[in-house]
Amino acid sequence: MNEARPVPAIELAGVRKSFGPMEIIRGVDLVVAPGERHAVIGPNGAGKSTLFHLISGHYRPDGGTIELRGEDIAGMPPQLINRRGLSRSFQVTNIFPRLSVWENVRCATLWAMGHKYAFWKGVERLDEVRRRTEEILTEIDLMDRADVPAGVLTYGEQRALEIGLTIAGSADVILLDEPTAGMSHAEVERVVALIRKVSENRTLLMIEHDMHVVFDLADRISVLVYGQVIASDTPERIKANAAVQQAYLGTEAA
Amino acid sequence: MNQSATISSAAPASTRAGLLVRYGIWIALALTLLLLPYVFSSRLALSTMSLMGTMIVFALSYNMLLGQTGLLSFGHAVFFGLGGFATVHMLNLVGGNSYPIPLPLFPVVGALGGLFFGVLFGAVATKRAGTAFAMITLGIGELVASSALILRRFFGGEEGITTDRTDMLRVFGYSFGPQIQVYYLIAAWCFLSIVLMYAITRTPFGRICNAVRDNPQRVSFIGYDPSTVRFIAFSLSGLFAGVAGGLSAINFEIVNAAQMGAVESGSVVLMTYIGGVGNFAGPIIGAILVTWLQLILSDATTVWPLYVGLLFIGVVMFAPGGIAGLLSMQQPLLAARTLHRVLPYYFLMFVPGAVAVAGLAMLIETSHQFSIRAAYGPRMTLYSIPFDVTTLTPWAIGAVVFAVGLWLFLRAARLARNAYDAALPQRGNR
Repeated sequence: MNEARPVPAIELAGVRKSFGPMEIIRGVDLVVAPGERHAVIGPNGAGKSTLFHLISGHYRPDGGTIELRGEDIAGMPPQLINRRGLSRSFQVTNIFPRLSVWENVRCATLWAMGHKYAFWKGVERLDEVRRRTEEILTEIDLMDRADVPAGVLTYGEQRALEIGLTIAGSADVILLDEPTAGMSHAEVERVVALIRKVSENRTLLMIEHDMHVVFDLADRISVLVYGQVIASDTPERIKANAAVQQAYLGTEAA
Repeated sequence: MNQSATISSAAPASTRAGLLVRYGIWIALALTLLLLPYVFSSRLALSTMSLMGTMIVFALSYNMLLGQTGLLSFGHAVFFGLGGFATVHMLNLVGGNSYPIPLPLFPVVGALGGLFFGVLFGAVATKRAGTAFAMITLGIGELVASSALILRRFFGGEEGITTDRTDMLRVFGYSFGPQIQVYYLIAAWCFLSIVLMYAITRTPFGRICNAVRDNPQRVSFIGYDPSTVRFIAFSLSGLFAGVAGGLSAINFEIVNAAQMGAVESGSVVLMTYIGGVGNFAGPIIGAILVTWLQLILSDATTVWPLYVGLLFIGVVMFAPGGIAGLLSMQQPLLAARTLHRVLPYYFLMFVPGAVAVAGLAMLIETSHQFSIRAAYGPRMTLYSIPFDVTTLTPWAIGAVVFAVGLWLFLRAARLARNAYDAALPQRGNR
């Protein structure tokens, strides 16, 4: 590796994915540097969520390489990728609805804290786990809702819990899929502050439609159009990029 | 750990009270199991309670799958039966005191048998979840049931394998001939199994089981392999089903292939579901109730499975949380001290409900006599009233009693529902 460019947190090269005759991801190249806040934008149907599913192991790529800190993770099952330090949230809230908020977060800490499938130690006696759970709940501001079943939380609260589940483990590469989708203005501000906080000392890759949020948070932006990254640069240069303006900003954010 | 905690008298009074709250339920359970034979001391009661204890372990082991991990198995009796066969063969091997092993240790053999086959079949079944899992367990059930007819030496064919439990090493002079001694053996294992299975729900693994039940896909994104979770749950559940099978082998001194069959597998689904899958105590309630119902109904009528089936359908349709679910619905009222406002309405439901059941039973028994038992003639006696099933009167009375009872029951149920909602404490943030 050359010294000017440390091993990227995430590096995709020539990644392809088809569903039947439809090729959704058509050779994506993407580099996310460690500690970077990187946003993926692009019109609906560009393949942003599919890209996240490929990186996180939900789908297997048909071709290309996906590396996490220089290690090939393409085609690995999600749990193995998660154990290597990559964690993700979902666009459609994906929590444990019948478990309490406390239980949701606690479950997400257990593997990272080394408890694995232990059926011989009482979970209530694990002080470290309790402290970590409290810490996360405080961070996502759900401590006073800890005993409520997650399924009855408000939409905004469930979105916060979704982020809580994503950061509760020890992952230092975080993928957030539209964390502000469907939120009110005030809620968006809270979530942006939360994302800013949790992305300290972590690498963040996020899909986001709200351009204010994108330009507010991201160090770099990649633009995905029809399954290909057409530009990957700083926010200023992305704004100035003619191809991007034509393909995306020009039509949606005018 | 239970005992050491209660014995440590050095703890200050406040902690001691805390321990009492924490372990009080277990002390109460142990005392209940100890004292039950003094309340119900007849031979019939003792053998009934022995059977109930066995079924409690069986139903709880099943709920490790259904309630805790969200796995609907149609072949759970396989592990009960194989645990039983393992125990009975070991008893016969050791019998005549050729090895110094006392009888109370033999459920361990059942446990190991259940665990072994749980691991074996679990490795196949737990690769999948949902419907595919259910179908695989159904297949395993059929596979084992049909191999029982082929491997006659091991399974003993139709009549099964018998043993003599009194032929073991005696400890403190207990022969385990009398039912009371067997009752205490089963009660001790039942207590131990309940404690262990409850403890497992309070471990990292137990919590992840619940997470797999709720959302297996998400579990894989927090580091866990859902199929490994299912596999461990399946194996442990096989272990405890094996304990139950071992207890049954000791209790009846016989195991046969029918105990591994689809009927038994179905029976444990009924017990667990009627008791309630969402609550740890649900299967305990279900095992006690269904065992008792099976006993009294099979005495009263030959079509008793029909009644158990109707109860099951009723629970599935109107109380999906089972009996435990209905009971835990009363908890907020109890906490708000408003339960007394609803209780009269429950009583109001009970009376027409009983009338409707009586009417339905009349219709069922009359048609049973009319069709299947036609060879025995048209005359029968129900509720001490003799009548002729070829006349219109018993049918009409049955139908009217059932219809009126049901109508009043549904009205009372609506009143009770309104009273319940009114008695429910208002929540601030909903």
